[in-house]
Amino acid sequence: MKPPPFQYHDPKTVAEAVGLLGRLENAKLLAGGQSLMPMLNMRFVLPDHVIDLNRCEGLAGIKEAGGALEIGAMTRQRDLEFSDLVKAKCPLLEQAIQHIGHRQTRNRGTIGGSLCHLDPAAELVSVCAAHDATVVVEGPNGRREIAFADFPVAFMTSSIELNEIVTAVRLPLWAPGHKAAFIEFSRRHGDFAIVSAAAMLEIGGGKITRASVTIGGVAVAPHRARDVEQAITGQAPSSDLFRKACESCRSIEALEDIHASSSYRQHLAAVLSRRALEKAAGLADNAPWNKVH
Amino acid sequence: MNDTRTITVTVNGKAYTKDVPVRLTLADFLRGELQLTGTHLGCEHGVCGACTILLDERSARSCLMLAVQANGHEIMTVEGIAPSADKLHPLQEAFRDNHGLQCGFCTPGMLTTLIEFLRDNPDPTEREVRIAISGNLCRCTGYQGIVLAALDAAKRMKAAKA
Repeated sequence: MKPPPFQYHDPKTVAEAVGLLGRLENAKLLAGGQSLMPMLNMRFVLPDHVIDLNRCEGLAGIKEAGGALEIGAMTRQRDLEFSDLVKAKCPLLEQAIQHIGHRQTRNRGTIGGSLCHLDPAAELVSVCAAHDATVVVEGPNGRREIAFADFPVAFMTSSIELNEIVTAVRLPLWAPGHKAAFIEFSRRHGDFAIVSAAAMLEIGGGKITRASVTIGGVAVAPHRARDVEQAITGQAPSSDLFRKACESCRSIEALEDIHASSSYRQHLAAVLSRRALEKAAGLADNAPWNKVH
Repeated sequence: MNDTRTITVTVNGKAYTKDVPVRLTLADFLRGELQLTGTHLGCEHGVCGACTILLDERSARSCLMLAVQANGHEIMTVEGIAPSADKLHPLQEAFRDNHGLQCGFCTPGMLTTLIEFLRDNPDPTEREVRIAISGNLCRCTGYQGIVLAALDAAKRMKAAKA
């Protein structure tokens, strides 16, 4: 048998799950299983208890409430991919999902699982950073909300406590008709991004009135390129403007690993952020790199 | 620490009730407990796609699920694709006719993946097919025959429906 021995729990309610998590030592929560199961199979993690959230009621669903998209933590990536609400209201999320793994993994993988796993290259983590999302968690002391800027604290480590469960994430919606683009560079389709870029723009009267630029895969958490956002806000969108503004991405402190050096990641950050902005602004329709991912 | 559970799972239309260790993967359950060895195990950590099955009509990697998680659910494996023992599914016929397999190790995962894909997208482009099978590794064919088979299967399945 591949996974190590553990005791299995499948709570039916969030309260029951929180109770188990508070009581049991060395417990792991199992969401979609697309990261935890490989780690169990390879025995990288050795939990005494696995708490499976797949039969927990009320954790899945997508709805619009209070100017935000509220997504239950156990909502499958596939359900986001095919959601009319996501398509209509949150084009960045719709595009980002196309880059997550494969159909077989999106059918199981969940948004909450992805956020808690917090891989530096994860697309959903980048989308939450781009949208200034709020993460909703429940623990023994009740419910609390964490601004996404405070959610990642270290490499693959979030600010949720050991006895807390992520129950939902809220993405504040941008104005109807806003523009968005998500692009990434990876060696193979569906592979982890070496670097990704997410851009959102609101344009009025020929000028950019609001901008969000997020680079994934360069650091332990997605990097919001605030200097790029500031440099382009108030300006008329153009390739030249974006090219100049995105040069600042070359000074991001970037990770280095077997896949890419730090300086290569900085180069990709500058190129991909510029391309994402061009694509969002509709300036890249004939660009050779701009295909359906 | 040998926690076990009794589960009931419907596989290819037949219900099975078994006691299983909770840490048994669904793939090992299908192969070891039910002797349905058509589901193949390549990497056992969710990379190769050979173990793909349909869980409630959605493709999933059976090495990344526990057998207990399938309790009460319906599964289709490669053994459930052919309509009868002496008749192949049009997708299987297209694989045979287009050299869509050589050693056959990846084939169960390719077929289950494409069953779902062609159901959702009955008239795909070549690019869409390549994206659909991007999570399934084949080390023999170079994928060319598999892509041709998938496109041919789409035509055959459309013709069969008409």
